[in-house]
Amino acid sequence: MTNTLHRYGSAESFSDDYIVFAIPARGHNDKDCVEKERRFLQIAQKHNPVNLGDASHGCIYRPSKDLKPTVHWRRDETTNFEAVQSGVSCPTTVAAVFDNQDSVVAFIKELKTADLGLSINISGALDKAQECARRAGLERHSVEYSLGFFGQTDRMADRNTLELSTMCGHGMISFNLVRKLVEWVKQGRRTPDQASTTLARFCSCGVFNPTRASRLFETAKKG
Amino acid sequence: MGAISIDAATNRASVNSDECVECYACFRGMSMEKLNPSFVRGVRSFLKLFRLRFDPEPDVCPTSAITPDELAWPRVVRRAFSDPQVTHESTGVHGRGTEEVKTNDVTNRVGIGEVGYVVEFGRPTVGVRFRDIEKMTVALAKIGIAFEPNNPVTHMMTDKAAGKLRDDILNEKILSAIVEFKTSIGNVPAVLAKVDQVSKTLDTVVAVGVSTRCEQDGASALDAVLVDEGLSFVRGKTNLGLGHAS
Repeated sequence: MTNTLHRYGSAESFSDDYIVFAIPARGHNDKDCVEKERRFLQIAQKHNPVNLGDASHGCIYRPSKDLKPTVHWRRDETTNFEAVQSGVSCPTTVAAVFDNQDSVVAFIKELKTADLGLSINISGALDKAQECARRAGLERHSVEYSLGFFGQTDRMADRNTLELSTMCGHGMISFNLVRKLVEWVKQGRRTPDQASTTLARFCSCGVFNPTRASRLFETAKKG
Repeated sequence: MGAISIDAATNRASVNSDECVECYACFRGMSMEKLNPSFVRGVRSFLKLFRLRFDPEPDVCPTSAITPDELAWPRVVRRAFSDPQVTHESTGVHGRGTEEVKTNDVTNRVGIGEVGYVVEFGRPTVGVRFRDIEKMTVALAKIGIAFEPNNPVTHMMTDKAAGKLRDDILNEKILSAIVEFKTSIGNVPAVLAKVDQVSKTLDTVVAVGVSTRCEQDGASALDAVLVDEGLSFVRGKTNLGLGHAS
């Protein structure tokens, strides 16, 4: 989940962006972790995540391999939480994305009680993550800081594109696709929600935040 | 990567295999229809006559034309380092194959007074060739860095003390890869200065992360060091300490 470390944006732009993920440590607690990872996802679902994913098998937004031509007029955009939970079959990283702090705190409190034994991390603004931990009665154990980008940064895209594209840090959301969708939203050819869902289907780990994306598309639309 | 474009001579989409990093985003991320290719080309040509263009869903391939290739060594490393759904055999971890401090509550990999580094090349969405990664690992090795053994890039080294990577992969292009190591907290300024200096000579971008174990009250000794270095930090990962060995 280093793919969540270097999301681009200002501190304010992360106000609706919290990723909570569970990961087993290889050789320490990965033997019987599949059931615990499913449990993590079950608990997460109770707290209204905006996305849920299993790094090995995909998230609640999925591409379809057998579409009919009518898809270009009527696209089925329903999400599938059940497929994510039942799909976990091997040690992996499972993640839930939230757009508000209260849900994160409630989720962590329940994880604490469940005592799954997996490592639980919050990826987000550092001060807000620490606030969530404290509200749940925890102090952070370790912390990792994103120091941003070095080197030939002129090869990167503009701010709007980066904010949207880096929500899949594995690079599955191309700059060109983001640029195209921003243009389409501006032209009224797609709504911010439709554009956001399109991008979410490319992020197989399920850490893409569609709420933040819709907000960013809306902002881009206004100029 | 921009590896797919329409070949003007054949009027067909083609993949620039030198630029393609085998991330499988096109194959896995695109939805598919199963329309007849001749029919689709006919409709497109007809519309083109009138300077019109169909407005399709941007993530749908109408003819299911995208199929994965069978990969052989050394090209197969492209997929291992680019497709997040492939598990790195060396570490057993998906994505970029690293655990960093995400499991530090279980492994105690980075202790108090120590700093873990994740230096990631090619991110976001720029890509990198292993020869550029090697420039950095060789430079870091010269200042005494010992690379994290449980890391996919370290597994590609033929001489870990010198930071030398296998010769047969140096020209392979990948989406991104992470070099991991740790030092004492006092070495942070020198290491970051070296990373910054070498980054400027590479044909890519480098994303840098640093991590540490916190005190009982959640305080991090790294905060002051980073502020002294003039570095700003907003975002990161917070390990809640709920993990334990089973």
